[in-house]
Amino acid sequence: MLETTLFYIFSFVAIVSAILVITQRNVVHSAIFLAATLLAVAGIFLTLHAEFLAGVQVIVYVGGILVLFVFVIMLIALNRTEVERQFNRQWTLAAITAAVLVAEFAYVIFRGKETFPLPSATAAAPAIAVTGNSQLVGVSLYTNYLLPFEIASILLLVAIVGAVVLSKKKTAED
Amino acid sequence: MNLDSFIDWILLPLIKIGILFGLLSLVIAYLTLLERKIIAFMQVRLGPMRVGPHGLLQPIADGIKLMLKEDIVPSRADKIVFTLAPVITLIPAFIVFAVIPFGPRSIHIPGFTIPGLNVQVAERTTGFFITDLNIGLLYVLAVSSIGILGIILGGWASNSKYPLLGALRSAAQMVSYEVALGFSIMGVLMMAGTLSLVEIVNAQKNAGAWYVFLQPVGFILFFICGVAETNRAPFDLPEAESELVAGFHTEYSGFRFSLFFLAEYAAMIVVSSMAVTLFWGGWLRPFPNIAALGFLGLVPGFLWFALKVLVFLYFYLWFRASWPRYRYDQLMKIGWQVLMPIAIANVIVTAVLVLWLGGSR
Repeated sequence: MLETTLFYIFSFVAIVSAILVITQRNVVHSAIFLAATLLAVAGIFLTLHAEFLAGVQVIVYVGGILVLFVFVIMLIALNRTEVERQFNRQWTLAAITAAVLVAEFAYVIFRGKETFPLPSATAAAPAIAVTGNSQLVGVSLYTNYLLPFEIASILLLVAIVGAVVLSKKKTAED
Repeated sequence: MNLDSFIDWILLPLIKIGILFGLLSLVIAYLTLLERKIIAFMQVRLGPMRVGPHGLLQPIADGIKLMLKEDIVPSRADKIVFTLAPVITLIPAFIVFAVIPFGPRSIHIPGFTIPGLNVQVAERTTGFFITDLNIGLLYVLAVSSIGILGIILGGWASNSKYPLLGALRSAAQMVSYEVALGFSIMGVLMMAGTLSLVEIVNAQKNAGAWYVFLQPVGFILFFICGVAETNRAPFDLPEAESELVAGFHTEYSGFRFSLFFLAEYAAMIVVSSMAVTLFWGGWLRPFPNIAALGFLGLVPGFLWFALKVLVFLYFYLWFRASWPRYRYDQLMKIGWQVLMPIAIANVIVTAVLVLWLGGSR
């Protein structure tokens, strides 16, 4: 089973590098491992035949967001962050949150077959093969999920306007 | 895995990757010579003349020089990231070529029997491309956007002022122009109705016209942004030699420097190939719908493709010899205040026209 093997490889890379993202002291190293995590997730999308999602994952997260992260990180004095004590005072809270998350995952894994039944592979496959993944995503975005899609776009617009207002304010004070 | 799927999915792609990698290395090597020669002729000089007749062996001499040079890593550099950065830039620049269609699906391999084993190999048809993805265009955009990361990390890991400034400039420039680049392609996408690069060329054949005639604005935007994405003149601010020494690769020497160098030239070829595929009909001969010019079809498709790519590479060199570098604020102004609005307007006009004319597929 090639797909299963690939899935295990990609998830191993994703999990290991995700752990390294939060354990590395150097922020730039964290960013590199974040890139590895995101690419591995894109790989998992590919094994699920979600080619469009995989492409968008790389364009948006690696090519856009991560580059901006690194851009900002480079302007920070890194020497200080490496020596500085990171605040780890919230062990109890973090442990509780993690436990809740693990419980949720366990519930979904054990009860998932009833809650989210797998679509029969034979019925779904031909439709995707004919119209293509990207077209299917587009059609469902603009028909079934039009309202959430528009709300998301308005949210982004507000964020852009907010960013412009914030940067304008700063220059006026200077 | 039976023999036929082994040939289709492993053997043939490996052979094609081998041929492509060899050809690409050769083209990049001689592109550097071509660049020096053409710019020299434009400036009424001779260019390299000493190594081989008319300097024809100069790229080989340059290659040997870069291999043999001392490999210097600055003592305060972040050694792992410093080593990793050129590789992060180089690999995406090469794997983009996996989806670029150099010619049609027209290589016929006749069936034959392997002597001795008595195994029958079926007849098959394959194309002048390694693979044809249904997200080909997205794949190109995605993979080439990873390359930026290597440039930024290289500039940061050098632990030196000029590389850091160069890397910051390059990050800002590439992120800004990537947006306009994406918008400039949308017109073609709407007319072709597919993300597969092979199908986009076929759509141009069916439409009876190269998309440059239907999307002239889109093409001009695409090529401007493409030049900016590859950090070439007049957008070569990240490595502006008069102010930043050599920008992000100032601290790199020898072989590591040559990896950045290879990536830059590979990216130039990618942008030229994409311009040809999306706007100039890919492997199609000129005027593909006029039967009287059928004799042009005698020239194989991949030669037409190579010829068109060469024209765009020449444009790159011509730009470098002709135009001065933009200032940083001018660069940002052009990107966000000129190219972006035109690109969005182009998308809207194309969308309306495609809807109105009932789709020009």
